[in-house]
Amino acid sequence: MIPRPKPERFRLRRTMMFMNAQKPSLIKDAYIYGADTIMLDLEDAVAENQKDAARFSLYHALTTIDYGDTEVLVRINGLDTPHWKEDIRVAVAGGADGIRISKCESADDVKSVEKQILAAEREFGVEEGRTLIMAALESAKGVVNAYEICCASDRMFGIALAGGDFRKDMHVKVTDTGIDIMVARGLILLAARAAGVQCFDTNFADFKNMEGFEREVRQNRKMGFDGKSIINPRQIPLVNELFSPTKDDITYAEHLIRSYAEQFARGVGVYTVDGKMVDIAFIKEARNTLKYAKKCGKYSGDLDQVGGEF
Amino acid sequence: MQSSIEVAAMAGTLESSDAQVTVEPGTKGIELSIDSSVMNQYGRQIKACALETLERLGIQNGKVTVVDRGALDCTLKARIEAAVLRSEGVSESNIDWGGAIR
Repeated sequence: MIPRPKPERFRLRRTMMFMNAQKPSLIKDAYIYGADTIMLDLEDAVAENQKDAARFSLYHALTTIDYGDTEVLVRINGLDTPHWKEDIRVAVAGGADGIRISKCESADDVKSVEKQILAAEREFGVEEGRTLIMAALESAKGVVNAYEICCASDRMFGIALAGGDFRKDMHVKVTDTGIDIMVARGLILLAARAAGVQCFDTNFADFKNMEGFEREVRQNRKMGFDGKSIINPRQIPLVNELFSPTKDDITYAEHLIRSYAEQFARGVGVYTVDGKMVDIAFIKEARNTLKYAKKCGKYSGDLDQVGGEF
Repeated sequence: MQSSIEVAAMAGTLESSDAQVTVEPGTKGIELSIDSSVMNQYGRQIKACALETLERLGIQNGKVTVVDRGALDCTLKARIEAAVLRSEGVSESNIDWGGAIR
């Protein structure tokens, strides 16, 4: 069995790539594409009469393939199916980093999953509390209940919008501008931030349309998402790039932190940088930018350590 | 767990990197037949992996046919386990993960 490091509740998750757990050709080298997270799928990608076989495939993939630093999550079948409990048993026994709940609609859904996870951790001798949870919101009800879902468990690290089913529930179709699911995006972002968890946008299904894809990813980033679901490896480099701080962001952040160090020494609280007023909040943000840039492999300095506790 | 295959069952596909495994009733011990595109290089390893997996599942009698399309050991094991447990009608739940399945 390949030992995996203890999952981190908050880590870099720009790209979450979905892989059919039933297809050996996909899962055996899933990590080479550079996604931050791999989502081994037992749900929609697996035909109803192959749910059993997919679990055996998943178990051996989890226990024998070295995924390195890539996070490995398992998407389980919905709580209205006969499959989800066994899905949790196999994911926990195999040492997956976490579980993605499909079609989550309430805090009770999260609690049901948490209970099964705990039972599985005890059954298979896995450290209690190790297995993380994220929830996919795929209905109007799920989106409306986003905040209680985010707060339902200490294992919860984030929520994602699942556009396909959600659009059906809302009687809308995909649009160029994203107006069809804009309110839902805003609501789940608010809920996630209020609860202090991460938030991920839905996948972009028309993977040949790279222009439309880039437009959507840029918008996602501006709205404040932490990452995006990916269904084709071709989409990974762009999202990883656009979700990393730019060179200018990094230069400006360094400039801010250096200036703060100087001003602070002189006892100044508010001052101007490049003609704009800045205060302590800007410095915190700049430090976060550098920390994030470091995680993305874009920054190797030490200014992200400056200032202690602001 | 049964020691003989009593009902025919199958798991896996003929796609690249996969293996299709069929198990059928038999009385003369394990009758293993392997068809692989990489028989010359990996035939022995495939056979050893198949026999070891069947032994772990407690199977002593049955015809087992493996059509290999370049599967890794972990895939071959998964397909054999799925086929045998399907044959026994116990592939859906309460699987002995980490025990008989490992």
